[in-house]
Amino acid sequence: MFYREAGQFKSSYKEDQAVFPILQDRIGIAILLLVAFIGIPLFAGDYFVGAIMTPFLILALAAVGLNILTGYAGQISLGTGAFMAVGAFSAYKLATFSIALGGAEATLPLILTILLAGVVAALVGVMFGIPSLRIKGFYLAVATLAAQFFIEWLLVKVGWFTNYSPSGVITAPPLVVLGYEFHTPAEKYLFTLTFVVVMAMAAKNLVRSHIGRGWMAIRDMDIAAEIIGFRPLQTKLTAFAVSSFFCGVAGALWAFVHLGTVEPEAFGINRSFSILFMVIIGGMGSILGAFIGAAFITLLPIFLNNVPPMIGWNIGVDMVAHLEFMIFGVLIIFFLIVEPHGLARLWTIGKEKLRTWPFPY
Amino acid sequence: MEDFVIEFMFFLEVLFSGLLTGTLYSLVALGFVLIFKASGVFNFAQGAMMLFAALSLVGFQEMLGVHWTVAFLLTVVVMILLAWCVEKFVLGKLVNQEPIILFMATIGITFFLDGFGQTLWGSDIKPLDIGLPTGSLDFGGIFVDQLELVAGATAGGLVLGLAIFFNKTKIGRALRAVADDHQAAMSVGISLRNIWIIVWSVAGLVGLVAGIMWGSKLGVQFSLSLLALKALPVLMLGGFTSIPGAIIGGLIIGAGEKLAEIYLGPFVGGAIENWFAYMLAMVFLLFRPQGLFGEKIIERV
Repeated sequence: MFYREAGQFKSSYKEDQAVFPILQDRIGIAILLLVAFIGIPLFAGDYFVGAIMTPFLILALAAVGLNILTGYAGQISLGTGAFMAVGAFSAYKLATFSIALGGAEATLPLILTILLAGVVAALVGVMFGIPSLRIKGFYLAVATLAAQFFIEWLLVKVGWFTNYSPSGVITAPPLVVLGYEFHTPAEKYLFTLTFVVVMAMAAKNLVRSHIGRGWMAIRDMDIAAEIIGFRPLQTKLTAFAVSSFFCGVAGALWAFVHLGTVEPEAFGINRSFSILFMVIIGGMGSILGAFIGAAFITLLPIFLNNVPPMIGWNIGVDMVAHLEFMIFGVLIIFFLIVEPHGLARLWTIGKEKLRTWPFPY
Repeated sequence: MEDFVIEFMFFLEVLFSGLLTGTLYSLVALGFVLIFKASGVFNFAQGAMMLFAALSLVGFQEMLGVHWTVAFLLTVVVMILLAWCVEKFVLGKLVNQEPIILFMATIGITFFLDGFGQTLWGSDIKPLDIGLPTGSLDFGGIFVDQLELVAGATAGGLVLGLAIFFNKTKIGRALRAVADDHQAAMSVGISLRNIWIIVWSVAGLVGLVAGIMWGSKLGVQFSLSLLALKALPVLMLGGFTSIPGAIIGGLIIGAGEKLAEIYLGPFVGGAIENWFAYMLAMVFLLFRPQGLFGEKIIERV
C-alpha cells in the first residue's frame, strides 16, 4: 500500500539507473543513515557504540570486500584475515615511518595512511590471486589458506613489521584528522561509519559497472566470459585487488579504531572463516547481504551469551560457550534450509511481497 | 664418513617420522574423499566428526566402564545415527543446492558437533588408551614411534578394506555409480538417500579410527577438530576424488613438512610447519590443477 512505485516516472537514463530508483527506498536509506549518524551516537551507551556497533561496521566492510571476491567474482577465499592483517600492519608501518621521518608534526594524514594500507593489501592480494588463473573452486580456497598461514607467520617472525616490539603487539597512534582527535567511542564510531558508508556506496556502484559485470561473467562461467571478451587475468586480479583493498582498510580500522593494540593472532584463520560465514549467510553477490550477515554473525553470539543469565538460568561459562556453538550451528543450517541464497534474498522477497500488499492479485 | 652416516641416519629417521605422521593426515583426508566422491559435498565437518567419535568412545569407556571394544561398537552405532540425522535434517533438505551452500551447511554441522560433543562429554583433555603400543622401536639406529607404525598399518588396512568394499560389494558398486552420475544412478533404482547415509556412516567410521589414532597421540581434545585444516593440503595434492591420492598426498605432505622444518626451518626462524604444507600444495597445483590423481577437469561451454 505504501511501498509502491506506481506514478514514479523516470524521464532520463540517469534516473532510471539510480542505485535506489524507488522513492520509498531513498526515504528508507535516508532514515537509516540519520539513525546511524545521529541517533545512535546521541542516544546509545558507550558499550553499545564501542563494543558492538564499531566492530560490526568494520567486519561488515571486510565482508563487503570478501563478497566482491567470492559473491561477485566467484573466487572462494579463506585468506581474508591475512589481508586484514596486511592492512593493519602496513597502516602501522606507514604511520610510524612518517613519525620517524619528520617528527610528530609531519605524520602522514590518517585517512591517507589507512587508504595506503588498503593499497598495500591490494598488492599482496593480487600476488596471492595469481594462482586463481589455474586453480579453481575449492582447490583455490585451500590455496588461499596458504596466504593466511604464511602471512600470519611472517608477521610474527619478522620483527620489522612490529618495529621490533618484543611481544609482537603493535599500538596504534592517536586518531587525529586535521588536528581533531577522535577518542570517545561515539567519535570513533562516526569515523568508522563514514568510512564504511563511503566505501559501501563505492562497492555498490562498482559492481554495477563494466568491471562488476565482468566479475559476474567470470563467476558464472569463466570460459564463456573469456569468449565474450573479458580477459580472465585482468578481471580476476582486479577482483582480488579491490577485495583485498576493502579487507585491508577494514584491517587498518580494526587495529587503529577498534582495538588500538593488536597482534597478528587477531587476524587468524577464525577471522577468515567468520567473514566467509557472513558472506554466505548474508547472501552472496549482495552488498546489503554483507551487512546483514555481519550483523547476524557478530550480534548472535552476544545475544546467546546474555540470554541464559537474563532469564535467570545459571549455567557454567564453558557450558554457555558449548551451547552457543550448538545453537550457532543449528541456526546456520536452519537459515540455509529456509533460504540458501542468504538473508538478503529474504529481504528482496519481502520487498516484492510488500509492493503488492494487501492485494497480491 | 662417520659423520655422513650419522647424518644420513638422522635424515632417514626424520623422513620415516614424517611419512608416518603423513598417514595420520591421510586418515582424516580419507573421510573427506569418501563423502566428496559419493555426494560432491565438501565435508568440512570431518574433523568435528573425528573429535565427536573420539569423545564418545572415551565417554562410553568412562561412563559405563566397559572394555574398549564394546565402547567402539557403541560409538559406531552413534556415528551411524549421526549419519542418519545429517541426511534427514540437513542434506536431504538441501538437495540440488550449489556446492558452496552444502559446504556452508557442513560448517554448521561442525559447530553443532563441537558444541554437542563437549556439552555431552565435557571439554577436558582426556587420555585415550585402548592398549596401543607406545614408545620407540629401534631399527638399526633409526628410532620409529610404535604408535605411528600402528597408525600407518591401520591406514593401509583401511584403504585395502575400502578398496574391496568399493569394488566387490553391491553397495560399493552403487556408491561408485552415484559418484559417477547422480541422475543415472537414481534411474537404475539406487536410493540416493540410503547411499548418502551409508557414505556418511563409513566416513564416520573412518573418523572414529582417525580419532582413536590422534586421540592416543595427543589426547582427546578440542584441537582434534582443527586437524581438518591439516587434511586440506593433503586433499589438494592427492585430488579430491581419489582414495590412493589421499594416502600418497598424506605421505608427501607429512614427509615434506618434517624435512622442511628440520632442514629449512632454522634458516627462516622456524615454525614453518604451519604453512609449508599449504605452500607446497599450492605450488604443486599450479602445475597440476586437479591434484595427483584427481579426475581431469574438463570444461565445456
